[in-house]
Amino acid sequence: MAQGTNHEDSPRIGVYICHCGLNIAGVIDCEKVAEAFKDYPGVVVSKDYRYMCSDPGQELIKEDIRKYNLNRVVVAACSPRMHEPTFRKCIAEAGLNPYLFEMANIREMCSWCHTHQREAANEKAIDMVRMAVEKARRLQPLETIEVPVTPKAMVIGGGVAGIQAALDLADMGFKVYMVEKSPTIGGKMALLDKTFPTLDCSICILGPKMVDVARHPNIELLSYSEVTSVDGFIGNFKVKVLKKPRYVKEEECNACGACTEVCPVEVPNEWDMGLGVRKAIYRPFPQAVPSVFLIDKDSCIECESCVEACREQGRDAIDFNMKPEEVELDVGAIIVATGFDLYDPTKAREYGYGRYPNVITNLEFERLVNAAGPTGGVVLRPSDGRPPRRVAFIQCVGSRNVSAREYCSRICCMATLKHAHQLKEKSPSTEVVVFYMDLRSFGKGYEEFYRRVQEEGVRFIRGRVSKVLENPDTHNLVVRCEDTLSGEIVEMEFDMVVLAAGLTPPSDAEHLQKALKISRSPDGFFLEAHPKLRPVETHVPGIYLCGTAQGPKDIPDTVAQASAAAAQASIPLSAGKVVVEPITAQVNEELCGGCRICESICAYGAIAVVETERGAKARVHEAICQGCGACSGACPSGAITMKHFTDTQILAQIRALTVGRW
Amino acid sequence: MKEFKPLIIGFTCNWCTYAGADLAGTSRVQYPPSIRLIRVMCSGRVSPEFILEAFKNGADGVLIGGCHPGDCHYLRGNYMALRRFLLLRRLLREMGIEPERLRLEWISAAEGGRFAEIVKEFTEQIRKLGPSPLKSGALRRL
Ligand SMILES: Cc1cc2nc3c(=O)[nH]c(=O)nc-3n(C[C@H](O)[C@H](O)[C@H](O)COP(=O)(O)OP(=O)(O)OC[C@H]3O[C@@H](n4cnc5c(N)ncnc54)[C@H](O)[C@@H]3O)c2cc1C
Ligand code: FES
Repeated sequence: MAQGTNHEDSPRIGVYICHCGLNIAGVIDCEKVAEAFKDYPGVVVSKDYRYMCSDPGQELIKEDIRKYNLNRVVVAACSPRMHEPTFRKCIAEAGLNPYLFEMANIREMCSWCHTHQREAANEKAIDMVRMAVEKARRLQPLETIEVPVTPKAMVIGGGVAGIQAALDLADMGFKVYMVEKSPTIGGKMALLDKTFPTLDCSICILGPKMVDVARHPNIELLSYSEVTSVDGFIGNFKVKVLKKPRYVKEEECNACGACTEVCPVEVPNEWDMGLGVRKAIYRPFPQAVPSVFLIDKDSCIECESCVEACREQGRDAIDFNMKPEEVELDVGAIIVATGFDLYDPTKAREYGYGRYPNVITNLEFERLVNAAGPTGGVVLRPSDGRPPRRVAFIQCVGSRNVSAREYCSRICCMATLKHAHQLKEKSPSTEVVVFYMDLRSFGKGYEEFYRRVQEEGVRFIRGRVSKVLENPDTHNLVVRCEDTLSGEIVEMEFDMVVLAAGLTPPSDAEHLQKALKISRSPDGFFLEAHPKLRPVETHVPGIYLCGTAQGPKDIPDTVAQASAAAAQASIPLSAGKVVVEPITAQVNEELCGGCRICESICAYGAIAVVETERGAKARVHEAICQGCGACSGACPSGAITMKHFTDTQILAQIRALTVGRW
Repeated sequence: MKEFKPLIIGFTCNWCTYAGADLAGTSRVQYPPSIRLIRVMCSGRVSPEFILEAFKNGADGVLIGGCHPGDCHYLRGNYMALRRFLLLRRLLREMGIEPERLRLEWISAAEGGRFAEIVKEFTEQIRKLGPSPLKSGALRRL
């Protein structure tokens, strides 16, 4: 290859300034920037073009590489986190080593954030290109490293999102570990009665999928388990999972239920939002998967009646001495599907939740209308167990409120419409009033459902409720609100008030975020790599997102996203290998004094100091090195540097900004 | 006299602060054009040498941007950045450079607005301090 000689002393650099339509050119004079590098040392061509990333844009670069025998390319355009891979590929197609490329981010970091300061933006753009050129001049060709991929996946969270993703991957033939922190999979959908807008019975459509997870030969379900740590990188993650003790042996229990019958302890059932009771040995609900009982040690009095009952059934499934167990699993890809928590409305004190028994949440309402719930599907108010004749729904509780959660939770409007319909369906004479700010019925069939509910005689009053008051004798509730359409203050009495509480990230999301080293957006949900183009990937290669873990959404969107995440995860899994960046530490043995600082600093144990003929020298294990550069930041003799981020390159970037400036 | 245009050099980690700065741009949040970023993989990569080189060459301020404690993509690179930062501030004082000219900030990929705020505020602070004392050339050969 003629252009294979990539010597620093003979750089032949091509500089390309992208207009990005008007995104850059609307602020920066791209022609002028290109002009500034026409006679710059080492620069052979300097051009501007409307869309560098387009096919003709890339062709232009390739042609120039051939025509001018370029051996370095600089593109000033958008963020390297966006198009660096695009241009690396482009120059590789023209025969250059892809690492002989450098980008100047003059869109995100210049034209878009200095829109009204054209002159300063121009100056900055020129600075940025100069930095890139100076770095490019010193770039070295690198060989990418290919590593094998463990063809297994882990799905964290077993709600409908996790279930769909796991089944898809398992059907493609990959081994899947599903880690679910609670004793059963199913998530919130398993608690719902009907699902809008079609009113399918929720557990009837979810239950079979839950069973499929349990039975699929490619899925290993780790229920009542949590991820404790994650190491490694795409294709080669090592995940530690802690299995909490159920005190009931999974393989022995046949879910006959004899134990529950004899258990003398009754506590509020969290699966009924505390509205019903369960025993100390229990199964969350009849359709639970795995269909195995467990003992809640906090309430168990260890009377051992259950042990006896189990033995009478000819089994010996109960084991009070069961210990937590940690397992380490190797996987190539991880899908995060940890769902949501319901907003805690005790924080919205004006609505009296937690103080007034007849103020309940939408999820509690789901349990009350559910035939499998504590009331057998008859809606009864908590204070006296009587059917409510007048029910109010208050929308946007904890959502769309800058002092609580700024975002729209997206499902509460439709959930309320569904609940209003269910009340009318069971008893058409029930008075139902919905207090709302806007009603958002955006999905397929949703607006039609809204109309139907209006026609059923549900009343809608527009305005934010300022207060809910309780009559302590009757436990009836008075809702006060300004009707913003009529301008009048309304005060109405109800037997029950349902709060349309919003969706929040799970309270333990931070732990998982830290273990996986992924990010969260300001709303607290996990952050996708790009909101439009990479909606199910995270910034960490090999880790994907789906369902409400990524942001509030309904079941159709959750399932679609889960299949998308499975499809994305299958890319490295089926390729069997991934290319990792060859950005690793490099030791200059001439300079290394064997002081061992790097060895002690490396978080991965990738550096070892070994005895050589010329004394103690640091050696880097490239396959273990993650490329952070902490060692080179600490090396007192400048002996360790990072490939592609060498001291020489970074110092040159600094000087490009300062030398000759003052 | 020529108007003082502060020059701030920012060393930002790829995973958090650089991404946060990208987000500031994508969200069209405006901030002063005083800063130039150098992307490194982790704040732990930033050698003291880089910072001294920046000051030696007349930079008016240096920002090191990393992930929040506990969030470093490489476990604990940001703690190393913190240790070096504390030492360097002392060293700068000895060299006659106001230590406030060096800043360390934890800015996540989601904190575009905060990135802009910090640049704004830092620029103001540098403006108040005036041009770097090393600019005169007196200490250039340090
Ligand atoms: C009152 C109400 C009514 C609704 N009605 C409807 C409706 O009618 N139609 C509709 O389309 N949508 C409805 N929704 C929305 C629907 O519930 C969600 O779209 C759906 O449940 C999202 O599924 P998911 O898997 O993302 O999350 P989840 O259902 O929350 O599942 C997450 C799972 O992950 C587990 N998990 C969490 N953290 C961890 C961890 N760290 N490690 C391991 N496991 C973990 C949880 O235990 C849970 O099993 C309703 C929501 C509410 C609140
Ligand atoms: S990766 Fe951001 S500080 Fe280490």
